[in-house]
Amino acid sequence: MIDMVSIALIGASAALLFVLTVWKRKAPKQFRLIEAFSHLYRSIGLSVEDGTRLHVSLGQGGLLTPRGGSALAGLAMLRHLSERTSVSDRPPIASTGDPTLGLLTQDTLQAGYVAAGVDDLYQPTTGRITGMSPFGFAAGAMNIIRDEHVSANVMIGHFGPEAALLTESAERESIVTLGASDDVTAQSILFAASQHALIGEELYAAGAYLGASASHPASLTVQDVLRWVIILVLLGGATAKFAGVI
Amino acid sequence: MRVVTVVIAIAFGVMILAGYFIPALSDVQTLFLNWAIILTGAAALAGIFNLLSVHGEKIRRREKGSPYSALLILSLLMTFLFSLAQGLSNGYMRLLLNDVMGTILNGVILPAEAALMSILAVTLLYAAIRLLRRRVDLMSVIFLITAAVVMFGSATLPIGNMPVFGALRSWIAEVLAIGGARGILIGVALGTLTTGLRVLFGADRPYGGK
Repeated sequence: MIDMVSIALIGASAALLFVLTVWKRKAPKQFRLIEAFSHLYRSIGLSVEDGTRLHVSLGQGGLLTPRGGSALAGLAMLRHLSERTSVSDRPPIASTGDPTLGLLTQDTLQAGYVAAGVDDLYQPTTGRITGMSPFGFAAGAMNIIRDEHVSANVMIGHFGPEAALLTESAERESIVTLGASDDVTAQSILFAASQHALIGEELYAAGAYLGASASHPASLTVQDVLRWVIILVLLGGATAKFAGVI
Repeated sequence: MRVVTVVIAIAFGVMILAGYFIPALSDVQTLFLNWAIILTGAAALAGIFNLLSVHGEKIRRREKGSPYSALLILSLLMTFLFSLAQGLSNGYMRLLLNDVMGTILNGVILPAEAALMSILAVTLLYAAIRLLRRRVDLMSVIFLITAAVVMFGSATLPIGNMPVFGALRSWIAEVLAIGGARGILIGVALGTLTTGLRVLFGADRPYGGK
């Protein structure tokens, strides 16, 4: 029964995503305002103009774990940030705490350079694996924030409580931090410790807000549809329980 | 070449997903996941080379913090050599190297991580205090009041426990926090599902350059 529901959910989501992606190619994009993304736009422009750089931290979401979704969302964001800021005097630096994610980070950064037509400027050392344990990773990423002329710190992916160490480091250097994690504890920490925190599924909206392909806005619509389905199922279940049907 | 990469990635992704629902494919799924685990080990090795090249470059250019980079590389190489010797040796030498590796783990790595954890507690308290300076809005006020109530309800105070805070803490933790966390986690799960589908469709390709 559970398998059938799962297959139906995945199948319906896939079909909806496909249809909406085709449809959204022509439709104008309309999103609600998320302040964090507006500030990110400004930070991108600032980093290119004043010769500073972005630090994009993708956390520790290994691709073989359920945390891989947030890592993939982070990579989608990194792809666009690297394309837009690769011509800067100081190109963006990306840090991760997972080896598989580290390899993809370097590949994604390079793809951004290729798309911007400056592939010869790409330096492999701008994609870094700073540590393999949560605190080891944080300690390595803190050095980047402190020593590498960073003007904006973007944290997007899977982080735990160690996120506070990165935000604190950025705060000391007067660097703006945009933080998003799929972990509830890290979200509460980022809400308190960063200037701009993305809560819940906003993490997965980054690609759409940064102007990625039509599949990104389409996936937001799919999420909205599924959310309403879940709300209706929850309300229906509660009503049925209240009425003694189940 | 890029098309071949995409076809291979999508085919493997679909087979892994199908393995969860079709029992006949579960062996294939296990095989592919085992391959992925081996590749993760190889990626860890690549990660270590990345760490070495980044810090080696820092030392070569005499950048800020290069003494720390030198210390990192020295520690990394020493630990690697000790581990290698531990695996190859036997008898008294092996016991000695076991002690050395135990000392590195219990005397250096664990205390350093514990120290970072203790800094974290102070950092969080400081961040909470700064929150109102940075962002004065209703959500920040609610956040701080909730944090204060939960702390007063959890901690033993010099004047004794306050039953009101204890009851409030339980209600916040068991009703509001769990309800909110479930809502957030459902959103995260839906985001993960659609992100995975985008990769499965080849719309997002975090490999092979597009």
